[in-house]
Amino acid sequence: MYNYTEFDKSFLAERNAQFRAQVERRIAGALTEDEFKPLRLMNGLYLQLHAYMLRVAIPYGTLNSAQMRQLALLAEKWDKGYGHFTTRQNIQYNWPKLRDVPDMLDALAEVGLHAIQTSGNTIRNVTADHFAGAAADEIADPRPYAELIRQWSTDHPEFQFLGRKFKIAVTGASEDRAVIKAHDIGLQLVRQNEQTGFRVLVGGGLGRTPMIGKVVRDFLPEADLLPYLEAILSVYNLLGRRDNKYKARIKITVHENGIETIRALTEERFARIRPSFSGVDQDLLPGIAAQFATPSFKSADTAGFTAAYAADPVFQSWVDTNTAPHKAEDYAIVSISLKAHGATPGDATAQQMRVMADLAHRYAHDELRISHEQNVILPHVHTSDLAAIHAALRDHGLATANIGLISDIIACPGMDYCALATARSIPIAQEIATRFEELQIEHDIGQLKIKISGCINACGHHHVGHIGILGLDRAGVENYQITLGGDATETASIGERAGPGFSADEIIPAIERLVYAYLDLRENPEETFLQAYRRLGLDPFKSALYPAAAVAAE
Amino acid sequence: MPRAFTPKVVTANHLLEGDVIYLTAQDGWTRDLAQAEVLTDEADAQLRLLFAEQQPTTVVGAYLADVTPGTTGPEPAHFREDFRRKGPSNYAHGKQEAERHV
Repeated sequence: MYNYTEFDKSFLAERNAQFRAQVERRIAGALTEDEFKPLRLMNGLYLQLHAYMLRVAIPYGTLNSAQMRQLALLAEKWDKGYGHFTTRQNIQYNWPKLRDVPDMLDALAEVGLHAIQTSGNTIRNVTADHFAGAAADEIADPRPYAELIRQWSTDHPEFQFLGRKFKIAVTGASEDRAVIKAHDIGLQLVRQNEQTGFRVLVGGGLGRTPMIGKVVRDFLPEADLLPYLEAILSVYNLLGRRDNKYKARIKITVHENGIETIRALTEERFARIRPSFSGVDQDLLPGIAAQFATPSFKSADTAGFTAAYAADPVFQSWVDTNTAPHKAEDYAIVSISLKAHGATPGDATAQQMRVMADLAHRYAHDELRISHEQNVILPHVHTSDLAAIHAALRDHGLATANIGLISDIIACPGMDYCALATARSIPIAQEIATRFEELQIEHDIGQLKIKISGCINACGHHHVGHIGILGLDRAGVENYQITLGGDATETASIGERAGPGFSADEIIPAIERLVYAYLDLRENPEETFLQAYRRLGLDPFKSALYPAAAVAAE
Repeated sequence: MPRAFTPKVVTANHLLEGDVIYLTAQDGWTRDLAQAEVLTDEADAQLRLLFAEQQPTTVVGAYLADVTPGTTGPEPAHFREDFRRKGPSNYAHGKQEAERHV
């Protein structure tokens, strides 16, 4: 875990004092809303449908127990007792009052957290593989690099007024759990000739015009990371469009100019600025990396775990579904589902946050992660502790065994909260989860990722859901469009639109028809929905979605 | 023939609380849509919007929202305004919690 230095602390204190004064000037009328809005956004404060919303960065999704407890305190003291974990590994508070926000930011600073650059046209919170430092398939922990990028990008004078927001994701594993191909820049740690470096992708993104990122550099030596990122950003800052907000992201710059042009311009810029990087960043990196050192893992008898696994089918199901292989012997990565059937995806109460913090402190080397899939991870757990963890989670509604299954749905806040939304997302997610729980078939269905967005901006990643659902406003009525075959991993693809949308009443039966069609069509229980879709194409699934049209066509 | 003017209310968010408020005929603000002033004339609506925008230390983001006159006061014409009137559907928060006046 990175611990803030005196520099970090004083920077944050100064920034918070500035914002406190800005809030006071706004309340007194010395700042207009037009003047205040960019200032509040740069500090994570939005105005949503029903209230302000404070978006707090969780850098690369990593928290310690003290930080999680502080998030719980904010939820209880200044909000309505809960927080919403997002697809960008952030947490959002939906009900703060303007006067309270400076106090909330000061409370966050006490534990090294902030809301800087969680909005605005800047480099946003850097996201990372939520299994970083623990995954069995990882070549190196990506978080020291993510932290280096955080330090470089925070208040970077050249990049405070980009054409549009800019998102960077980093992974150290071959299995992409960080959706790097749907980011403005995606970084994958790779090894070449005994050297660590990065495969650099650029121009991915979802939203109105979804694009899969393209490789701009196959191998970038570790030491060149910041100058190369700066080169890409500089090229984008000059070349990116500013005439149309919807064409201002780097994915459009790459699409319109071609990856070869972007590569050539980036390399040219890189060659020019590389000498100005004196190596300070590389001097800092070992110190940062040391703070992410692998914890000293214990050895313990696993007989108790084996017995509990054999005796308790509920525990067994949870272990099978919610744990993943760890790099250390007899250790596991635990995913805590924030998707209890019928609950709001990604929401945790203050009490649940404290329970998770306590478990992390007691059993998981004091570490927690927030996944972009809106769950909480205990990255380092000895299998001998799994039964105790499961029991504690079960007592607090946190033991749902559904990671990766149909009810483990990503959903943006949608029109229940978001001022940009065109339809609701949350009730659709709740109803799908509840329906498939009633049907008792979700374990039989197996891996199936449903992702729901309440508008074209795609915060719910619908384009890369195996089943994507996009909520729209059609003539004053909520309408839901389905895309199929999306994939957020290293085999990323953008889902294909299935056909006309469905009303709020029709969407759940439509999903049910789709899933039953998959169960009929799959070759065997091991063939996932995505594999079946890739084998068969859209047509059989479309027939299931639109049976009347299929009959008419015959 | 000119198109019929859809009745409107002036709505905004409260600067300090952030919640949804509506302009009343008495130049005050209410959190209850039923108490809002219904504007049936376009010029009058624009003047009332200007009046609202001149209160930057009370309100944020004032705009005109379509309503349908009902027996107990104006009703939202669009589902977005219906959610603003009530609060979110996943928790009984927002206006569902309590009725208050500025």
